[in-house]
Amino acid sequence: MSKIYDVIVLGAGPAGLAAGLYAGRSRLSVLIIEKGQDGGQIAITDEIENYPGQIVEGESGPSLIARMTEQAAKFGAERVSDTIKEVCLEGDIKVLKSEKAEYQGKNVIIATGAHARPIGCKGEAEYTGKGVSYCATCDANFFEDFEVYVVGGGDSAVEEAMYLTKFARKVTIIHRRNELRAAKSIQEKAFKNPKIDFMWDSVVEEVGGDDILQWMKVKNVKTGEVTTVEADEDDGMFGVFGFIGTIPNSKPFEGIIDMDERGYIKTDDDMHTNIPGVYAAGDVRIKSLRQVVTAAADGAIAAVQVERSMSDYF
Amino acid sequence: MLDLDKTNFEAEVLKAEGYVFVDFYGDGCVPCQALMPKVHEFADTYGDKLKFTSLNTTKARRLAIAQKVLGLPVMAIYKDGEKVEELVKDDCTPETIEAMIKKYI
Repeated sequence: MSKIYDVIVLGAGPAGLAAGLYAGRSRLSVLIIEKGQDGGQIAITDEIENYPGQIVEGESGPSLIARMTEQAAKFGAERVSDTIKEVCLEGDIKVLKSEKAEYQGKNVIIATGAHARPIGCKGEAEYTGKGVSYCATCDANFFEDFEVYVVGGGDSAVEEAMYLTKFARKVTIIHRRNELRAAKSIQEKAFKNPKIDFMWDSVVEEVGGDDILQWMKVKNVKTGEVTTVEADEDDGMFGVFGFIGTIPNSKPFEGIIDMDERGYIKTDDDMHTNIPGVYAAGDVRIKSLRQVVTAAADGAIAAVQVERSMSDYF
Repeated sequence: MLDLDKTNFEAEVLKAEGYVFVDFYGDGCVPCQALMPKVHEFADTYGDKLKFTSLNTTKARRLAIAQKVLGLPVMAIYKDGEKVEELVKDDCTPETIEAMIKKYI
């Protein structure tokens, strides 16, 4: 049989890497399983202004995460790249299965995070990667000197809009309310940026084109009026970037772990789920603030809870 | 794995006979970087049956747009110069990429 770890951490974002670091320092045997790139959503975020200590010039999401990864490795956290498809969490030994392997642990910390919520308009799936995007750092380059629209009004939407102004000729923020939800300091910068424009009280209803994004229908939620935005004739295309929140990556745990109707996992203040030995940390759980700093804190708390539970037994 | 740029894309992909695999990536694209080692593994495993190429779109933006690539990563299969199948963004996982490769070898 394969090795039985003290704790298996699912996900290598800020929550999972913090959990790995704390568990490693406690000399627990820990395995971190990540399906894609370390960092999750932070890996595709250009600017992190609000993580304490994060004032290093030129620092970005990926560079912050690279240091977290290094730190977790330094304390002995083992790593594997795999996608977990099936879980068996009841009992003292938890089993996690992928297509190629089976992993066993006495405890599991679920730090699978969340992914971008679709804008929710007609044609969206068809035009994803054809003008519709949720990753400015991936796709901004294609829109150099083109027009770009950003959907949303929170921190991410406004910060990514600002990043996009480094590439696009003009960036218009489409927001369903008449004021932004983003932090005031971010708002101030956005209002000062001559390349940023706003469409208030508006939602995108449909996107379309001829294989690449060329038009969209935008509805004013107050007047009900629908406007069609068309690509500039010389451009022949434009971009729409959606930042309207997230969907938790909790599918493998549906029907097993208690969650709310949107799929966020229920925990107590110490990250315990309804199943003994199973914890949730970071964006995947129900919480009031989803940030790098709160994710890292969750991971630390969960790892310390694992350590305490194990020292009770032994 | 053959590195492409705007000078040889036409010859190596659009004018090539048979099947060609193209990995469209970009400098700032972290998901692309995460997939790259896997794609190189596939190139080592299946390289004798399928031509594997990659294009850094950061240095070939217009070319990528002309290929209707406006979001990364994209893994595509070309046949006789025509794109016949592609995986875009979140649809690109090691499992889906390998399944697509296996269809054309």
